[in-house]
Amino acid sequence: MSDLHRLTIAQAGERLARGDLSARELTDATLARIAATEPAVHSFITVTADLAREQADAADARRRRGEALGPLDGIPLAIKDVIHVRGVRSTAGSQILGDFIAPFDATVSARLRAAGAVCVGKANCDEFAMGSSTENSSFGASRNPWDLERVPGGSSGGSASAVAACQALGSLGTDTGGSIRQPAGCCGVVGLKPTYGRVSRYGVIAYASSLDQVGPLARTVDDCATLLQVLAGHDPADSTSSRHPVPDYRALLRRDVRGLRLALPREYFTEGMQPEVEQSVRTAVRQLESLGARVEEVSLPHSKYAIAAYYLIATAEASSNLARYDGVRYGARETDAANLLEMYRKTRDHGFGAEVKRRIMLGTYALSAGYYDAYYLKAQRVRTLIRHDFMEVFATHDAIVTPTAPSTAFRLGEKTADPLQMYLSDIFTISVNLAGLPGLVVPCGLDASGLPVGLQIVTRPFEEETALQLGHAYEQATDWHRRVPTGIAA
Amino acid sequence: MLARLELTAAEEDSLAHQLGDILAYIETLQEVDTSDVPPTAHVVDSENLLREDRVTNAPQVEAMLANAPERDDHHFKVPRIIE
Amino acid sequence: MKYEPVIGLEVHAELLTESKIFCGCSTKFGAPPNHNTCPVCVALPGVLPVLNRRVVDYAIRLGLATHCTVAPSSRWARKNYFYPDLPKGYQISQYELPICTEGYVDVKLDGESKRVRLTRIHMEEDTGKNIHDAHSDASLVDFNRCGVPLLEIVSEPDIRSPEEASAYLRALRAILQYLEVCDGNMEEGSFRCDANVSIRPVGATELGTKVEIKNMNSFRNVERAIAYEIERQAETLDAGGRLVQETRLWDPDREVTRSMRSKESAHDYRYFPEPDLLPLEVGPEWIAEVRAALPELPAERGERFVREHGLPAYDAEVLTARKDVADYFEEALRAHGNAKSISNWVMGEILRLIRERRLDDALVIRDWPVAPAALAALVKLIDDGTISGKIAKTVFEEMLASGAAPEAIVREKGLTQVSDDGPILAAIDQVLAANPDKVAEYRGGKDKLMGFFVGQVMKGTGGKANPGKVNELLKARLSG
Repeated sequence: MSDLHRLTIAQAGERLARGDLSARELTDATLARIAATEPAVHSFITVTADLAREQADAADARRRRGEALGPLDGIPLAIKDVIHVRGVRSTAGSQILGDFIAPFDATVSARLRAAGAVCVGKANCDEFAMGSSTENSSFGASRNPWDLERVPGGSSGGSASAVAACQALGSLGTDTGGSIRQPAGCCGVVGLKPTYGRVSRYGVIAYASSLDQVGPLARTVDDCATLLQVLAGHDPADSTSSRHPVPDYRALLRRDVRGLRLALPREYFTEGMQPEVEQSVRTAVRQLESLGARVEEVSLPHSKYAIAAYYLIATAEASSNLARYDGVRYGARETDAANLLEMYRKTRDHGFGAEVKRRIMLGTYALSAGYYDAYYLKAQRVRTLIRHDFMEVFATHDAIVTPTAPSTAFRLGEKTADPLQMYLSDIFTISVNLAGLPGLVVPCGLDASGLPVGLQIVTRPFEEETALQLGHAYEQATDWHRRVPTGIAA
Repeated sequence: MLARLELTAAEEDSLAHQLGDILAYIETLQEVDTSDVPPTAHVVDSENLLREDRVTNAPQVEAMLANAPERDDHHFKVPRIIE
Repeated sequence: MKYEPVIGLEVHAELLTESKIFCGCSTKFGAPPNHNTCPVCVALPGVLPVLNRRVVDYAIRLGLATHCTVAPSSRWARKNYFYPDLPKGYQISQYELPICTEGYVDVKLDGESKRVRLTRIHMEEDTGKNIHDAHSDASLVDFNRCGVPLLEIVSEPDIRSPEEASAYLRALRAILQYLEVCDGNMEEGSFRCDANVSIRPVGATELGTKVEIKNMNSFRNVERAIAYEIERQAETLDAGGRLVQETRLWDPDREVTRSMRSKESAHDYRYFPEPDLLPLEVGPEWIAEVRAALPELPAERGERFVREHGLPAYDAEVLTARKDVADYFEEALRAHGNAKSISNWVMGEILRLIRERRLDDALVIRDWPVAPAALAALVKLIDDGTISGKIAKTVFEEMLASGAAPEAIVREKGLTQVSDDGPILAAIDQVLAANPDKVAEYRGGKDKLMGFFVGQVMKGTGGKANPGKVNELLKARLSG
């Protein structure tokens, strides 16, 4: 098998431009790689081979006419199955949508289409993006290409495993509490959650509306920047999307990091962390220092309340967002029902998995009369305090650097018995969503079992370029991004 | 009931237990002094995002009904509603 | 026990925008089922709402017209409940910070003016429609109406009788129509009303148990339903019973209110701020823009009628109660400038006909029994002496019957008033010659006989003599 599937977006782009590679060859190689590795990794719910070949051929035709569209033209990507691609089944990792075929593109999908990208498939995810391992997917868990007995992280686990296994040159995920960054960390790839409002949510199946963001995963920081460039920008169809101008991320990538002031929050270096994770992260920080960045310890005092606040706000919004899955207008409907009420209840009971039901109930409770003030409203107030903690630090520092998760990828089944334990693994990523900030994860080490460790870089709102700049500098000074997963054939 | 979920007795038991644990954990929020702290409902600041009053959608009945589990010509069909 | 009714009204007004509140679908009534739908209003997975600016314009318009405070910042909220006509499983509405608060509507009833305060006005989206399938037990759902913009107008419980309630609704509807934000059609559902009714002993200040009444689809039904409910509540309390806070439906066939059996009446809507829509900021410039473009309101127009057309306040009020009547009046006035006369004819004959023929059931009267220009022409004929006021009435009836122009009718029927001295004097001389004894009695001091002579002269001229002239010349002849 050729090595085409191992190309980065940048490398593939160069070869396509030079003409010594066609988009069709690249896509065929990618599809062959998928066929060879899917039985082991299971990154995809739907592989869109026909669509991909069609798009690849179109890319080649454009290039022949001298009308190539840019760095993503002809590049094969995986799209998380909560993001609509027109004409393709969308499942959100759930049974409740039945055979729903998306009648329209999400804005991000339309942007990728307009950039000439090729969609190789819809990536597996925890049901309705609720989870940290893809074990909540009703289509079965994805596997970590570094160790097939372990989870790839979640909820965008399939998006991360697809990139790590070289089944796509890049992918899109969504991140509500860490769902791009944590799987990127688990799988040793680069993942970015943009500032809330940077990328459109239109056409993305909603989990928690005030927290969800779409973001790119890829094998290098440069590739992530390329993807972000196409995704970012105001969308009139999304009232929460920002008009903040979009810089040229790739142009700003190679700036010197000398003098940048990094902050290390002491609350993120706690007991209970896997020692190798802390070591890798601190080593990475020293690396950044050697590149000229300054490092200082700071405090984010309300950190320990983030998970509780998140699980009230996110579940409250989710309980409302998921009310539309009632079997009336689309999806799987329970036909053995005597009346409407029975239809609602059976459809939702059979269609939703346990975690989704848990969160709907928790969210419903948090909003109910008599509890709203103590739960939902209280969580919103704590959210203000958490955001304030970050903005205080950003008054004097340019980036906050932390581990991505307390441990490397855990084993399948290890945390499924205790939901609360699963929730606690989001501890380092969740505050960033509550505060609406951008967060980048880059690989920064391997533990003794050969499992990847991720470094998280958080920056000010709409300053993704600073995180990318730091990530790129670190990456170029190290070789973690060139390591190949050991769980599957190269 | 408010969430329109029908659970088996076993599911209810397990759920109640898990929710109990989660709620106990969430109680930690009560430690935080939030008097005088305004709630954050949105983390993005934008001026009003409004559209002009114009019809921009053409009829697309078939597309909207394409995924309907049950239909009657151009209506969505549901089992009887008991008032 | 004497009770005082305490009534508050909630009105939902469908707005006359081209497109829906959160998507670009048409709001046009009468489209085939589900033809005015899109992923947003059918609530497909992944869709988001975007606010129609004109809905805010209309809300501000109504707020200014009802003397409300327009909030500089208002919030959207989700009202969560399950029903097939509510595709998202929640309605986007406003809860804690509505766009308008604290206004009032002055209502005229029996010559008195009563101020009904408004608690709030807020924007929200309408739901779809469920219809019962004729052939089975199933329901059919049409989402054309889903997402049509509504203004919810909530009054304080200031209303004290069924008549006051319908007067308030008429006044509110007139404002909405004047502002051109809603067509006020109760039968078609673009103007809906629910009532909150309670009673308390006269003199008490505490409120009694409140009952919500729904399903009143005309002003008459509002009055009847409220009257029935007041009586029901009074009877219950007088018999020692207790009232339940509940929702009751008006049954127009049986003319009773009936309790809604469904336990869904006890909703927990779990309101929370809508995360997909940012707070709406309405600055002074926006309000000034809307204020500058406000059409003339009933009260203002009435004042102008008094000022510019010299009408008495009573006339102005009657004429401006409906926009179409006020427009009719001004159109007639443009053709012939006798404001008071035209006002009399409109208030008298025209409004009588409108009521008799139930033309005022329409929101905008288009087919008048007599066109404004024709009425003006008739008044002109009186004013220039061509016909008398009495003859004019005959002409008017003929105009109604045949639709012919007044000048043509007068010509054809030879109804032109005789004003020349010659023929009148001839008729007078005839009458006086025929009644010498009466002439003597009149000259002897029996002034009352003037009426007899005038009558005789009018008879002798077939009613066509100019009465003023007859009087003048008779007096001259008789004293001479």
